[in-house]
Amino acid sequence: MASNSILEMKNITKIFPGVKALDDVSLTVERGEIHAICGENGAGKSTLMKVLSGVYAFGTYIGDIVYENEVRKFANISDSEAQGIVIIHQELALSPHLSIAENIFLGNEIKNVFGLINWNKTYQEASSLMARVGLKEDPNLPIKDVGVGKQQLVEIAKALSKRVKLLILDEPTAALNDEDSAHLLDLLRHLKGQGITSIIISHKLNEIEAIADTTTILRDGKTIESLNMKGSKVSQERIIKGMVGREMDNRYPARNADIGDEILRVENWSAYHPIDSTRLVVDDVSMNVRKGEIVGLAGIMGAGRTEFARSVFGHSYGTNITGKVYKNGKEISVKTISEAISNGLAYATEDRKRFGLNLIEDVKRNISLASLKSFVRFGLVNDNEEYKRASEYRASMNIKSPSVLSVVGQLSGGNQQKVVLSKWINVNPDVLILDEPTRGIDVGAKYEIYLIIQRLASEGKGVIVISSELPELIGICDRIYAISEGRITGEVLRQDAKPELLMSYMTMEKSKK
Amino acid sequence: MSTATTQKKSPFDAIKSRLQGVDLRQNGIFLALIGLVIFFAATTPNAASISPTNFSNLVVQNGYILVLAIGMVMVIIAGHIDLSVGSIAAFIGAVAGILTVRPIEQDGWEWLPALPWWGGILGAILVGAIVGMWQGFWVAYVGIPAFIVTLAGMLLFRGLALMTLQSSNIGPFPDEFRAIGNGFIDKEKTLNGLIGIPEQFNAIALIITALGVVAIWISQLRTRAGKIRYEQPVEPVFWFYGKNVILSIMVAYLGIQLSQANGIPITLVVVVFLILLYTMIMNKTPFGRYIYAIGGNLNAAVLSGINVRLVNFFLFVNIGALAALSGVLITARMNSAVPKAGDGFELDAISSVFIGGAAVQGGVGTVTGSMLGGMIQGVLANGMNLNSVGIDVQMTIKGLVLLLAVAFDVWSKRRK
Repeated sequence: MASNSILEMKNITKIFPGVKALDDVSLTVERGEIHAICGENGAGKSTLMKVLSGVYAFGTYIGDIVYENEVRKFANISDSEAQGIVIIHQELALSPHLSIAENIFLGNEIKNVFGLINWNKTYQEASSLMARVGLKEDPNLPIKDVGVGKQQLVEIAKALSKRVKLLILDEPTAALNDEDSAHLLDLLRHLKGQGITSIIISHKLNEIEAIADTTTILRDGKTIESLNMKGSKVSQERIIKGMVGREMDNRYPARNADIGDEILRVENWSAYHPIDSTRLVVDDVSMNVRKGEIVGLAGIMGAGRTEFARSVFGHSYGTNITGKVYKNGKEISVKTISEAISNGLAYATEDRKRFGLNLIEDVKRNISLASLKSFVRFGLVNDNEEYKRASEYRASMNIKSPSVLSVVGQLSGGNQQKVVLSKWINVNPDVLILDEPTRGIDVGAKYEIYLIIQRLASEGKGVIVISSELPELIGICDRIYAISEGRITGEVLRQDAKPELLMSYMTMEKSKK
Repeated sequence: MSTATTQKKSPFDAIKSRLQGVDLRQNGIFLALIGLVIFFAATTPNAASISPTNFSNLVVQNGYILVLAIGMVMVIIAGHIDLSVGSIAAFIGAVAGILTVRPIEQDGWEWLPALPWWGGILGAILVGAIVGMWQGFWVAYVGIPAFIVTLAGMLLFRGLALMTLQSSNIGPFPDEFRAIGNGFIDKEKTLNGLIGIPEQFNAIALIITALGVVAIWISQLRTRAGKIRYEQPVEPVFWFYGKNVILSIMVAYLGIQLSQANGIPITLVVVVFLILLYTMIMNKTPFGRYIYAIGGNLNAAVLSGINVRLVNFFLFVNIGALAALSGVLITARMNSAVPKAGDGFELDAISSVFIGGAAVQGGVGTVTGSMLGGMIQGVLANGMNLNSVGIDVQMTIKGLVLLLAVAFDVWSKRRK
């Protein structure tokens, strides 16, 4: 009888020009387990999975992949898929205008003897696959009308249609709310019961703690350790220690708040959906921030938190917006973004790649974009001053890039986030709205972002932090508003903030008459 | 990963590190252009391609494409396209004809007095800007993709050109008007006698060339000194001096050649002025920066407080005015406004921009690159003509050059 492992990756080394992305990495995955891979951004997790799935073909790396007791030499993804290895990437590979069923069988269509697609069988099979993943939708529904959580399920159904034996998920819950995440994790347990092995890459340690049988930690392209999660309880702190190579006793910096007078107040703010103008998305929200205060806005995705922030920031979301904004007690107009900026507001988006950065441009020009006018002398941009200022931010924000002339798209998530923050700090705002400022970035960089947020507050600015991670809000905020279905459902001071309490506010439904 | 890198040294890395700060793509097409010039000098009968007259012809024949390419690269960087510039050029040629010549007495234009030549040129450019407002309105404020708006414009303005000209030609134009497309500075060499330059050369052309070379060195050295003062990385010394020496030699050579023909063409003065002006706009003004930002990431540009609609609107006003100027140039050169003028110009301009290194997705491109792209096309066509290459082969080669230039871009990006 052969060993019980389904996969052994032995001494894998992968070198890109000038960079050793993987350095003698080994990974053993037991049959039928859920195996978590952790590591900071850039530790080599995704590269390892690309080697495994054939994205990097055999011959471009050193080492052996032993899968089902045989050394494999995958030349591309279809080779590995033919053996039952399916990878689901963080950015889902679905075609938005095709239906759920069409997406499930995309590239793998069920055909009749004439080579034409057998639609009846397609829908029948799709329905049964959807039932297996617990997706209750019409298989005819176009993907674009399906939420992110359910799209993830479609991807898994697609994997099942390919007779998957080893399912690899790259940050599957990064974009999901807690409910969808919980469902996804349940599904993985359920599939495990059916003998499907999973590898899950995640930054969310509580999930790993809840679901993984084994956790392998990578750091700087090397395997640090594999922890058995089944028997003795492995704490999150233990995993973090492995990831960052040091103990992180405190994930949040100590807060020593010096809170002054009210700087921003929003009253009776409402906004409707930009396309469906009968749908109320932000419902009569009133809130305020004081100088030096960090205020949290807690809500699950779709609760209206981003929508609220963006509608306040120059009406950049929504229609039929009503309500009043006061700064230092005086009413201000925020009808356009440039008006909002000149009135001292700044909004750093939750989706830095789509809405925050020009990824093909350098660090310098990204930092200066929102405040370009301040570099202008006699109608011309002084690019030497611009370079100097950007270099100052690079030093003070600890942006790890070769220089400020480096292209932003080549930086890691944490460093990109620091560029976004620098860009908005440079417009010298009085109030900063930071939407998911630590999404998708590693533990060490998160701590740095928290320090930056505290520094901004200590300079007398008001900071509003939107987050779906409750521990984060509780760890850094002085006061937290909970938002649900577009309404403020609760307001909690730092000392009273408990995850259970906030969650109960965040899931509060409108009273039905 | 990015910080803790163990780098292996190889001879290739050594070369790479010496070339740090050098824009290989831009310099690559510069070298390709020089290569082409040398190639045709060697292959054309009697080295006709580098004769003074041919240089003069090259400049005059290609000026209008360079003018269009300036407008086009800006539009393409912002992520749009403009297919209508050829038709606009034809329409504006007709407008210029109506304004300055007012030809056909029986056609109902009798009420309009003929303007002086400068009034005709300004009026034509103004009408071009209005045409641009029309297209900019649809693109920026209604939100119709530029491809559709300008495809419609291509038909629309060709139609208007035909209507205005009633399918005939307008001409001849006043001499001053013709000079912008066909004229030279001090063609009669009146200055020569005063400062004792041999009759073989045009004195003012030599003086302008000398001033041009001095201006290149002053501005390059000043920019470099400024960067060094601010501790910015600069090109390696050998590269900086090497590049500018080559550039100076080329400018001096071109100037001397032109001075042995008719002198400096007025078209060249217009084109050089526009290149300098627009290079400054693209690199040094917020407007230019916003164009790059919009093409790089539209959403991020909007959320940075940029008035994207206004920028897009002005981009089309701008290319409308430049298309009009190019219409004036060809009308002046042909001394006649014809309905078929400018046919296919849009494709030449677009090719120039992409050979010059712009990205189809937007966000990337330069004015100088597009100028080099335009010159490569011009030199190629001119050289092939002198070698009596048939139009069939010429088109095939032009197509392949465009394809390979962009393929080279894609390939070098993938290697990164």
